Amino acid sequence: MAEPAIDIENLTKDYPYGFLQLKKRRSLESLTMQVQTGEVFGFLGPNGAGKSTTIKLLMRLIFPTAGSARILGKPISDIAMHRNIGYLPEQPYFYDYLTAAEVLDYFARFHDFDATERRERVQRMLKKVGLESAGRIQLRKYSKGMLQRVGVAQAILHDPAVVVLDEPMSGLDPVGRREVRDIILELKKQGKTVLFSTHILSDAEMLCDRVGVIVGGKLQGVGAPSELVGLKVQGMEILFELPGSVESGGELLAQATRTGDRYRLQVAESGLYAAMERLGAAGARILSVTQVKPSLEEYFMHLVEADRAQAAAVEVRAK
Amino acid sequence: MTRVGTVALNTFREAVRDRVLYNLVFFALVMMASAILVGQISIGIEQIVIVSLGLSAISIIGLLISVFIGVGLVSKEIDKRTLYALLAKPLRRWEFILGKFAGLALTLTVNTAAMAAGLFLALFYVKHSIERADTAVLVAVYFILLKLALVVALAMLFSCFTTPLLAILFTAGLYLAGLFVHEMRGLQGGLIDPALGRLLRWVSYVLPNFENFDVMGAAAHGRIIPATLVAQNTFYAVLYCAIVLTVAAAVFSQRNLK
Repeated sequence: MAEPAIDIENLTKDYPYGFLQLKKRRSLESLTMQVQTGEVFGFLGPNGAGKSTTIKLLMRLIFPTAGSARILGKPISDIAMHRNIGYLPEQPYFYDYLTAAEVLDYFARFHDFDATERRERVQRMLKKVGLESAGRIQLRKYSKGMLQRVGVAQAILHDPAVVVLDEPMSGLDPVGRREVRDIILELKKQGKTVLFSTHILSDAEMLCDRVGVIVGGKLQGVGAPSELVGLKVQGMEILFELPGSVESGGELLAQATRTGDRYRLQVAESGLYAAMERLGAAGARILSVTQVKPSLEEYFMHLVEADRAQAAAVEVRAK
Repeated sequence: MTRVGTVALNTFREAVRDRVLYNLVFFALVMMASAILVGQISIGIEQIVIVSLGLSAISIIGLLISVFIGVGLVSKEIDKRTLYALLAKPLRRWEFILGKFAGLALTLTVNTAAMAAGLFLALFYVKHSIERADTAVLVAVYFILLKLALVVALAMLFSCFTTPLLAILFTAGLYLAGLFVHEMRGLQGGLIDPALGRLLRWVSYVLPNFENFDVMGAAAHGRIIPATLVAQNTFYAVLYCAIVLTVAAAVFSQRNLK
């Protein structure tokens, strides 16, 4: 099997706190996971779960209490390896006295490109993130979403093999989110490895080959979204209209949820045909029948609630 | 070294765009006003007044820039998180520290050179000539620049491990203490406890000796400054800066950026 692009082993991070900084708060506990070459990996978790801590450890912005990590087969302390990785920090902020073109040119200089290549790459990136016309404006006049686009541009400017994006959709409008999604899909097509953290589960479901869910500093599950949530059908949902009298629907109608002129009714798989017959008899027009499967969001919320319950139990025991 | 230069040039560009060099306008006004005033009221001491005033202004303005901007060189990048994307590039932390130092040193050199040019213009205005002895003024300006480099290195060191306010206080305190190292070495004999005297003597050798950089009196009176002092001060400043920056880089290399 090929070597993983990102290989994390028992990564642990404690943050000291208190006046003398003698107390420790564990932010990440023995994280072990791999991101395979060429895959898009989503790192999911609520606020304070340890997503950004993991990414900062990988970028050597903070140092681990224990454990190790390798990117492209090299230890993360190897500076030369940074030529092959791109990183977008969470809520990025850049030198506001520079224009977007100047910031990108500044970052490109660390990759030893000559002046012509820098100019060409900067223009290409500005176009890619939709900032072509704003490239000569100082960043102090940029909106949060525009800064996010500059952040994405600087992360992929040097054509890295591994791209790490910390909340890339944060602060973006629907158009911006769509553009970043397209960029991630394009990176995947080019064979790049992408690790990104997000709160937006629909984006993760749409983009990721695999996701890792982290809650309370502990990795709770890793796998393809469909694997994680399971393939078992929970029931069937019937979408229908009722042109006649509302009373004619009877008992079934009382169980349905109304949205505008339409009704949604969830029934067990075994009771589908009986329910359809009764709806037909009541004069309902059936529009669609779909399988009900658990969503990634439900799986995520289940893990978060389990972690909260466990934390509350520990607190009660401590008292 | 290219990466150090890239960081340095960006630091210089930041200073220029943040209008740090606007202080030159203030300096120019002070020099013009004093030259006109001195030309009218002093007899025979024009050079002393102009040189003393000019060198003092160069030193004070330079010190303010060194301390306040020096402290912000690292802390501002951490607070604003501009450092995050930068350190993910192939840039070592010590290269960042050295680049930042070089950038502010370049800013101070340009600033000090411009102020020195203003001082010589004012001198020419009151004396109607520039003599060979006036090279002492140039040496004094050079010593101020060495002193400022040392202050920047200290400000950067403190800002690597403490808050900006404390870093300013520590740097200012160390600068003031460094102005009295000769007095500290002289505090012996029957005046104080001998053990305390020995301790002060040791401390005086560790403290940065800013007294050696002060040749304002000699420059104002047109006295020649010995070449050995120039070599000694240059060596001292380079060595002291190297030590302080090495410690700063070592501290910063271990620092967690939250």
